[in-house]
Amino acid sequence: MDRIMMEHGSGGRATSELIGEIFAWEFSNEILNAMEDCAVVLGNKKIAVTTDSFVVEPLEFPGGDIGRLSICGTVNDLLMRGAAPKYITCGFILQEGTEIALLKRIVHSMANTAREAGVSVVAGDTKVVEGSGGMFINTAGVGFVDDGVDISAASSRAGDAVLVSGSLGDHHAAILSSRMEISNSIISDNAPLCEMTERLLKENIAVHAMRDVTRGGLATVLKELAAGSGLLFEIEEEHLPIHPQVRDFCGLLGLDPLYMGNEGKMAVIVDEKDAGRALELIRSSKYGEDAAIIGRVKCAEEQKDSGRLVLKTALGGRRVLDVLEGEGLPRIC
Amino acid sequence: MKTIEEMKRYLREYDGKCITLMEVCGSHTAAIAKFGIKGLLSDRIRLVSGPGCPVCVTPSSYIDRLIELAKKKDTCVVTFGDLLRVPGSRESLSVAKGSGAAVKMVYSPMDTIKLARDNPSVTYVFAAVGFETTAPVYTLLMEQAEKQEIRNIRLLTSIKTMPPVIDWLLRGGAAIDGFLAPGHVCAVTGSDIFLPPARTYGIPFCVAGFEAKELLIAIYGLVRMAESGKVGVKNCYPAVVTADGNRTAKEKLSQYFEKQDAVWRGMGKVEGSALVLKKKYAYFDAGSAGLMADHKLNPRCCCDAVLAGKMDCAACPLFGGECTPKTPQGACMVSYEGSCYQRYLNRD
Repeated sequence: MDRIMMEHGSGGRATSELIGEIFAWEFSNEILNAMEDCAVVLGNKKIAVTTDSFVVEPLEFPGGDIGRLSICGTVNDLLMRGAAPKYITCGFILQEGTEIALLKRIVHSMANTAREAGVSVVAGDTKVVEGSGGMFINTAGVGFVDDGVDISAASSRAGDAVLVSGSLGDHHAAILSSRMEISNSIISDNAPLCEMTERLLKENIAVHAMRDVTRGGLATVLKELAAGSGLLFEIEEEHLPIHPQVRDFCGLLGLDPLYMGNEGKMAVIVDEKDAGRALELIRSSKYGEDAAIIGRVKCAEEQKDSGRLVLKTALGGRRVLDVLEGEGLPRIC
Repeated sequence: MKTIEEMKRYLREYDGKCITLMEVCGSHTAAIAKFGIKGLLSDRIRLVSGPGCPVCVTPSSYIDRLIELAKKKDTCVVTFGDLLRVPGSRESLSVAKGSGAAVKMVYSPMDTIKLARDNPSVTYVFAAVGFETTAPVYTLLMEQAEKQEIRNIRLLTSIKTMPPVIDWLLRGGAAIDGFLAPGHVCAVTGSDIFLPPARTYGIPFCVAGFEAKELLIAIYGLVRMAESGKVGVKNCYPAVVTADGNRTAKEKLSQYFEKQDAVWRGMGKVEGSALVLKKKYAYFDAGSAGLMADHKLNPRCCCDAVLAGKMDCAACPLFGGECTPKTPQGACMVSYEGSCYQRYLNRD
């Protein structure tokens, strides 16, 4: 059999074979291998929990695939609260007709990414539905938070520096290029951000807030942080890292990199005194080489500036940025 | 020859007579907001947005017809994303899509070819909205469909042309001292197309590009012309625009389309401002004729006055209250390129 059939979801022999040959083989670890009804894991700290679903199309794209994406997305959500990611669960919803070779590639990539991020896949589920070869993945992630770590959207303070860990819009532009069958050198940035967040915390950088830049892009993420804190966020167009090929691609299609999603970038709000050191730490971490300090958090002197995000344009003008309106590009993650 | 810095200083410190300039291109509206250009100008230079966003000026009956088609068995409407949220008389395409209507969003009309080839039993109706800029692409779509013998592609057209509506605005007494002429439209038509209204109404036009500096240069040019009473068309986008435009594109347009009257959303009928398919190509038409009704969603909506440059967005009684990007009551609030949408985004 080289394609997924309805019987792979029956719970009978075909299901166990599929689990044994692909999932258990790739994800193998002590907890999973017990093949119990649920995983029982150790832990004695504050627990961070998240869930995410992945419906991206196409399943494989330049620089990544739905499997790698599902680990990165889940792990990054945990990291953004200062947690150390530890366990992942994954539910696969496979459409009838999915090529088994494709499933193998995706699960293999997922296992590699999990290893890179230092997490174990400890529980899973497989369902098969009618359809034409598509695939959805749902995950849950569990991590542990050290005492004294308090990172949340509302914690930004006036004077803080705003950093972004790398170039904007890469994932979105890669998916779009792939769907439009445009060949270019743009690749998705889907990556786990463990190394940089770990180093920031270990070096005692005063991190007040972190958000991974996903759907809605940097503008949406920063606007939410501004709204959450009631402060004025000011960023400078000249300092925004954007790859020239992504910039050109956006120019041609009338898209704005500020509203395009990434899958391996984060915005970090740190105490002003730590900004330089934070930048160095991120830049010397994996996936952080293009990091930049892009702006400041300011006190809202007038009521209208409270919770506002403003871009100072290269020309010297001002542009107020809101969250992404409307659909954006569906199914990028 | 002035440097950009000198032009910026001039525009910031200008204290001559009050000048109102109108841009008539949605991409200009968006670019002016994007670069924060209004904040660089003296209070005496006012920029207003005219009817330049194709989505904004499409009448409600056109949207209703699209929805009707999208709900038909074996029919799928193919559209650019920005048309999805435009309100028809009862609902938008986006709402209809949510309740099962077949609507597919694409970035290029040419994507319709692949869709139609892969699903021969479905009729794909492209929502052919736009100005002189987009229209040539629709001719390429029809040409390719014919070449590849694909017979399940139709167009529902609402294509408009710029010179008649500018004439309509000026005839109606719009108090405009100069126009930023649309760079993309002029790339097709040529900048000379604006010579007749410039001469008839004694007003300057500057063809502008879409980069920050290109816009500043054109605004500077317009202010200088308006100040000194100069009339005519100045091409500030010479890298792309010529006096007589793109011959091939113009030939394609006249091969497939002919002029007719059109209804502009919130404005009414403008003579000779539509491009409709010629009889010879009627088999591509999904029923575009007669879509003249334009139902106002909210009777207090002032989009017509805003589009004519007669009212400031913020002066509309609905602005920012009943009418926001989430709850657009009129066309100017719907699209990212709409003047009210941009004003709402940058409101103080």
